[in-house]
Amino acid sequence: MSDILVSEQSAPGADGSGRPSGRLLEVDDLRVEFRTRDGVAKVINGVTYHVDAGETLAVLGESGSGKSVTAQTIMGILDTPPGFVTGGQVRFHGKDMLKMSAEQRRRIRGEGIAMIFQDSLSALNPVFTVGFQIAEQFRVRRGMSRSDAKKRAIEMLDQVKIPNAKGRFSNYPHQFSGGMRQRAMIAMSLALDPEVLIADEPTTALDVTVQAQIMDLLGELQRERQMGMILITHDLGVVADVADRIAVMYAGRIVEEANVYDLYAKPAHPYTLGLLNSIPRLDEKGQELRTIKGLPPNLMNIPSGCPFNPRCPMAQPVCREKLPPLLQIGSGRASACHFAEELVNRD
Amino acid sequence: MGRYLLRRLLQLVPVFIGTTFLIYWLVWSVPGDPFAGKCGDRGCPENFRAVMTAKYHLDDSIWLQYASYMKNLFQGDFGITFGGREISDIILTSYPNTLKLAVVALAIEAAIGLGAGVLTGLRRNGFLDNLVLVSTLFLIALPVFVIGFVLQWLLGVNWHIVHPTVSSEMRITELLLPGFVLGSASTAYVARVARTSIAENRRADYVRTAIAKGLPMRRVVGVHLLRNSLIPVVTLLGTDLGALMGGAIITEGIFGINGIGRQVLRAIVTKESATVVGIVVVLVVVYLVMNLLVDLLYAALDPRIRYE
Amino acid sequence: MSDPSAASLVSTPRPEQPSEAGAPVNAGLPESAQKQQKPRGLLGDAWIDLRRKPLFWISATLIVIFVLMAAFPSLFTSGDAVNGALSRSQVKPSADAWFGYDVQGRDVFARTIYGARASIMVALLSVIGTLLIGGTMGIIAGYRGGWVDALLSRIADIFFGLPFVLGSIVILTTFNGSGSDNNEWTIMGLVIMSLTVLSWPVVMRLMRSSVLATKEADYIVAARALGAGTGRIILKHLLPNCLAPLLVYGTIMVGSFIGAEATLSFLGIGLKTPVVSWGIMISEAQNYIRVSPYLLFFPAAFLVTAVLSFVMLGEAVREALDPKLR
Repeated sequence: MSDILVSEQSAPGADGSGRPSGRLLEVDDLRVEFRTRDGVAKVINGVTYHVDAGETLAVLGESGSGKSVTAQTIMGILDTPPGFVTGGQVRFHGKDMLKMSAEQRRRIRGEGIAMIFQDSLSALNPVFTVGFQIAEQFRVRRGMSRSDAKKRAIEMLDQVKIPNAKGRFSNYPHQFSGGMRQRAMIAMSLALDPEVLIADEPTTALDVTVQAQIMDLLGELQRERQMGMILITHDLGVVADVADRIAVMYAGRIVEEANVYDLYAKPAHPYTLGLLNSIPRLDEKGQELRTIKGLPPNLMNIPSGCPFNPRCPMAQPVCREKLPPLLQIGSGRASACHFAEELVNRD
Repeated sequence: MGRYLLRRLLQLVPVFIGTTFLIYWLVWSVPGDPFAGKCGDRGCPENFRAVMTAKYHLDDSIWLQYASYMKNLFQGDFGITFGGREISDIILTSYPNTLKLAVVALAIEAAIGLGAGVLTGLRRNGFLDNLVLVSTLFLIALPVFVIGFVLQWLLGVNWHIVHPTVSSEMRITELLLPGFVLGSASTAYVARVARTSIAENRRADYVRTAIAKGLPMRRVVGVHLLRNSLIPVVTLLGTDLGALMGGAIITEGIFGINGIGRQVLRAIVTKESATVVGIVVVLVVVYLVMNLLVDLLYAALDPRIRYE
Repeated sequence: MSDPSAASLVSTPRPEQPSEAGAPVNAGLPESAQKQQKPRGLLGDAWIDLRRKPLFWISATLIVIFVLMAAFPSLFTSGDAVNGALSRSQVKPSADAWFGYDVQGRDVFARTIYGARASIMVALLSVIGTLLIGGTMGIIAGYRGGWVDALLSRIADIFFGLPFVLGSIVILTTFNGSGSDNNEWTIMGLVIMSLTVLSWPVVMRLMRSSVLATKEADYIVAARALGAGTGRIILKHLLPNCLAPLLVYGTIMVGSFIGAEATLSFLGIGLKTPVVSWGIMISEAQNYIRVSPYLLFFPAAFLVTAVLSFVMLGEAVREALDPKLR
């Protein structure tokens, strides 16, 4: 079966020696490519990030930057084909999951690492009740009886603050409002008490007012349960309140990583700067929005040197020749720009 | 739901009347003299003419004839053949045979069609996939009587694997080959619909969610994927039962099964109009009711559909 | 059958250019602008896609051969399809007569070739009739809606409620019973009529849903707002958009009607000798299957090939027209 149903094939390029580092979840130099009829798209080109218990890492980037594909690779739900892992490791408690058997990986899903999807309407099975889909995990994974599982599922719905949880247990996904459905989705992902929660654009499909409620709920649950959370988003506004650290992705690479305060105050990559500048501000009402010029790169043909150079206002000849590695600059932050120091130190 | 059911039942009435009237008119009225060539080569005996004319009100207009025929029909009176046999009796003895054959065909359809469809839907473009695609193309393209003859000749006459004809006991093992022949085209359709449906749903977001929940693959495929993909297949199978019974004439003829189709054919050859009309009416009713049931089943299978 | 299945059977590298099925993008443009863009429309893309499919060429070639066979049988054989010599009864295939001789001593090869004419003519005419009646009814029902739609849909249901074989048996025995002395053209007309009468509801439903889907499209609404008349909207806008599924269904239907004609002849209620058709030949051969299986084999093989060619062509065209499969 050559598709997502069995996508847990081990990466050919990985060396397999998992170095124990005490981290909860680490992505190390991950590489993924999509082999299509039209050619090979290098979607992930050496992504490295980690998340520890009790902290929230926000992964920021435009669509196509590879943030969701990284998450799918972690979960083992990458569509294969066309997606293939060509290198790197994904370590959970120090063990490389890409080397594990399908069964080992399956046991980690839900219990070790769980995921919330963007579009709850299509992510929930339309022909089963929401309650069934939550209780299912208790029955299959915990071997609970039907009635116990139902009781636990109602508890979960209660925890995500769905009013009348008991009554809504037997409703179908299409009978929920968007916000309530996303809450149910959260309840489902938290059912087995995971150590890491990956939230893939959890609020994109929702109204602005509901977005804030859902983000608050997520933050609250994360703190209560001391989970590690990876929050994938393209929305800088969402990130500020919830995230501890932010990793910015561009063309399948991390271009900058910093804590929230540093990143907002002094971005160390022109791309981050561009993103921050493109947030509409009240005090600049009436002026033209400052956008990043140009388009995201074609992943089948990534520009040589720094992939951001064709769009970068600061680009120099060196940017077209040399790919800047992700280097530490100061404590706890890193940037993949030849001129990171200049950026941080300017006023 | 109740209102929908009522509306559908009301819609059935004109269709039922229209179809049965059409048949009645074609069989009794079009040839002019209702007795022309109706009683074999020797013509109809006078007393039979009198009895039948009285019974079917053949002196009245076609509308009145039809009305009184329907009235009798609803009281279980299908009329008699010119040999004096109750037509309801003929239907009662042959109907179960056809039903049995159709059910066997349906079971084979479901088993082979669904099996092949699910396997190829999960694993596209492999050897099996191409094999199934080619063989379903053949099954769809070949007329039933060609498939029937070829298989009967190969398996029954040449290789002696099965008995070429079915005995009057209608054992299930004897019915396997005729059942396959009868359901051959439908099997191919079921396989194709199931394959497409599985292939479409396989990459659906909810399947991905089910995997992300850490459910075993068996359960992801067997519960989440299958339950969604089955909706169009079940619809197809349901509609098919009526069609299979109506289409069993040729299969019954080839394998010598004493079913309803054979009775129709016999009645047509011996020109017993009342038998023809009676049997066709029964088949039409089955067909219409099955279609209604399928619509209701559809609602039960897909909670998103609400009938108003 | 509405599945994109035969994918791998007829698969080709997908063309780069996306196509727009359903609604043409240029619909709002003035007539002259539309004309210029036409060649690169849906059909153009479909043709580019089709050209690369081996299956399309195989089935199209076979169909051309069968049509030639039907039109000019003497191109293929100099034999006599109707008269035989009993002295040659059931002579096995040889270099002299490739397919052997039948019970009446007639040349089976010649008969098989001549059989194409009746089979294909009946099928083609029935398909044309079915498309015309079903298409017209479907357009009217879909476009007018309301009680017209309800009435036409119920009428279609009535004919749809008749099982196909059963329905044609009743119709044909009524008009073409064993006592009747219809000539061959009348019989052919009756067979065509019964196939058409029992099949048009399917086309009507197809057309009706197609019209319903496109009727509310913006460009149709725009055309109506610009004052285009009903006839013009139907001819210029609705019909071209509904044509694709109709075309596909029609092609496949030719195949199944060839099979249906054979089935009716086989049951002895369709075409009759002296007309030559594959169905009649198979029907006649069934009694000699143990002694001379080739009598059944050759006409059956031609029948199957013809049916398959049309079904495969339909599938190939469907795939080419379906942008979802690109």
